[in-house]
Amino acid sequence: MSTKRIMKEYGECVADTPEGMKINFDENKITKWEVLLDGPDQSVYALPEVLSVSVRQGGHFKLEISFPPEYPFKPPVVSFKTKIYHPNVSNDDKGSMCLGLLRAEEWKPPNKVVAVLRLIQTLLIEPNPDDAIEPSIANDYKENYKEFEKTAKEWVKRYAK
Amino acid sequence: MLPLFHPLMQRLDSDFDIDQDDVGFESQDKDIIPAKHAYEVDFTVYSPEEIQGHQDKQIAEVSNILGQPPEATAILLRHARWNKERLIDQYMEKTDEVLERAGLGDTADAHPPRLERIPGFVCDICCEDDADLDTFAMICGHRFCVDCYKQYLQTKIKNEGEAARIRCPGDGCNRIVDSKSLDLLVSANLKDRYQELLTRTYVDDKDHLRWCPAPNCVYAVDCRIKDKDLMRIVPTVHCECSHFFCFGCSLNDHQPAPCSLVKKWLKKCEDDSETANWISANTKECPKCHSTIEKNGGCNHMTCRKCRNEFCWMCMGVWSEHGTSWYNCNRFEEKSGHEARDAQARSRQSLERYLHYYNRYANHEQSAKLDKDIFLKTEKKMTQLQNTTGMSWIEVQFLDSASQALQQCRQTLKWTYAFAYYLARNNLTEIFEDNQKDLEMAVENLSEMFEKPIDQLQGLKVEMMDKTAYCTKRRIILLDDTAQNLKEGKSLVRSLVLVTCTNQPLGQWKFNVTLP
Repeated sequence: MSTKRIMKEYGECVADTPEGMKINFDENKITKWEVLLDGPDQSVYALPEVLSVSVRQGGHFKLEISFPPEYPFKPPVVSFKTKIYHPNVSNDDKGSMCLGLLRAEEWKPPNKVVAVLRLIQTLLIEPNPDDAIEPSIANDYKENYKEFEKTAKEWVKRYAK
Repeated sequence: MLPLFHPLMQRLDSDFDIDQDDVGFESQDKDIIPAKHAYEVDFTVYSPEEIQGHQDKQIAEVSNILGQPPEATAILLRHARWNKERLIDQYMEKTDEVLERAGLGDTADAHPPRLERIPGFVCDICCEDDADLDTFAMICGHRFCVDCYKQYLQTKIKNEGEAARIRCPGDGCNRIVDSKSLDLLVSANLKDRYQELLTRTYVDDKDHLRWCPAPNCVYAVDCRIKDKDLMRIVPTVHCECSHFFCFGCSLNDHQPAPCSLVKKWLKKCEDDSETANWISANTKECPKCHSTIEKNGGCNHMTCRKCRNEFCWMCMGVWSEHGTSWYNCNRFEEKSGHEARDAQARSRQSLERYLHYYNRYANHEQSAKLDKDIFLKTEKKMTQLQNTTGMSWIEVQFLDSASQALQQCRQTLKWTYAFAYYLARNNLTEIFEDNQKDLEMAVENLSEMFEKPIDQLQGLKVEMMDKTAYCTKRRIILLDDTAQNLKEGKSLVRSLVLVTCTNQPLGQWKFNVTLP
């Protein structure tokens, strides 16, 4: 069991949490992390209007990161608990993400969760339509960006407030 | 040589002496010239040891040319997907690049891999830092504790089935783990699996090699049929494990139908497009709202339940135009209903055609399954025969051959129906259908005999042997003839039945579908 490794990674994450993220960590269940993530300002996932000064601008997304028993020899599993209109997040109740580092054949054991978190942030700013899990959304993104932006923003308003 | 007493066969034989090599049972000159029919292809079956041998030989050969140690050569070859010529060319041209890409950069003075203890080392994977931690790194310097390294390799080999192209666990490192390092790190029970996977990649990477798809079979088959020839040749091969399969698509033997037809046919049978066909043959649409209606009795005066439209089932015309002859549609020549009726008839015809072939195809498939059961019973029968009649084991073998012949013939017959479904009618189709009919009759005759009670079987031995031989012969004739036509378009007339038709021009098989 990789307790030592996960604890250490948590420590590192706390010391150096990427901006706009909050990790909820339960010591009784260290293999499931809840991550609260604000849609980055540069992305379409930021809430369009400032509600009040104290409220952060971005849409609020809840993610779950679970560590398989084989961790770190298998990559962690990321799932969006908040619906999001994004070519790389599956549009179902799983909200799964499966690209780059998160693929078993790409993942190397020394890779860290913090890199995964940064990858997610980068993807929110710049989706990767060529490696999409939702081809129709990817198509929208590539061919009809205006429409994509509209839907994505609508979803943020509807689901990610 | 089997005795042949079947009257029809005698007739055929006496008519066509020239076809001796065509009839597929042992003839005296078999040892000199093995019979080769148009439907047969050349192939070789290899055992895992032989495949290993091939690899070793190629590795040794290339190792000499490149001046690299065998371990490195093996990695290079696997990386180049066993394309030896290309590897050598590229290696000569840009050695460093080739080595780098295969994960072998700077190995010139190969340090033998070994475990080391490094003071102050912290494993980046498990975060352990014990002073007596054994560690390992390849020449790339990505060092981890030996347990993590082992665990990594085990995950790759066991769970992910990787072997030839496992990369260094280091972040971003593309160096491939060489076999010496693996030898050092991988436990004995995993090594077998590793070797097996390595052998697998060799076969998978070679176009002319294919694993036998039978469950638990360890053999591979070598056959030099090109993909583009699959339209003209149906390369059935016979594995050492006794499984017959198609080298082109790995499905069970489907001669005489070519792979592409088989694929089409299976798709067709699987699709519910035929359900749609049924609907269009058995139902009509309301001419107004287009709801689908099945008429299961009653008069021709239809009132659509959905839109309340009233129409005549016979002519599909509006009911109010029917005048007084309400229960007897006399508007048959009316144009409004004409097209609807035509479409209906065409659909019905195409459905019936499909069902004709499908039912026969399915019937043989079903019968072949039943024959499998019989095959199991055969063994029991054989033992019983030996006990009750005192016949020796060798004397009851005729049941076994009969059973096998049945299996094979039914398999062929099954596919003749799929084949025929796609054939456009010409003079060849008739010959084909005659062949098909002859084989089918022979098979049913034998099948019937096979089910006789045990006490009668002994008396039927000679007759059964005849019938078995006859079935086999009919099958060969059919396959040979079909394959010949398929292969050449214009046939060298070899089959017995075809000789009787030489006055007709023989053309290519024509299919009513377009094939790739």
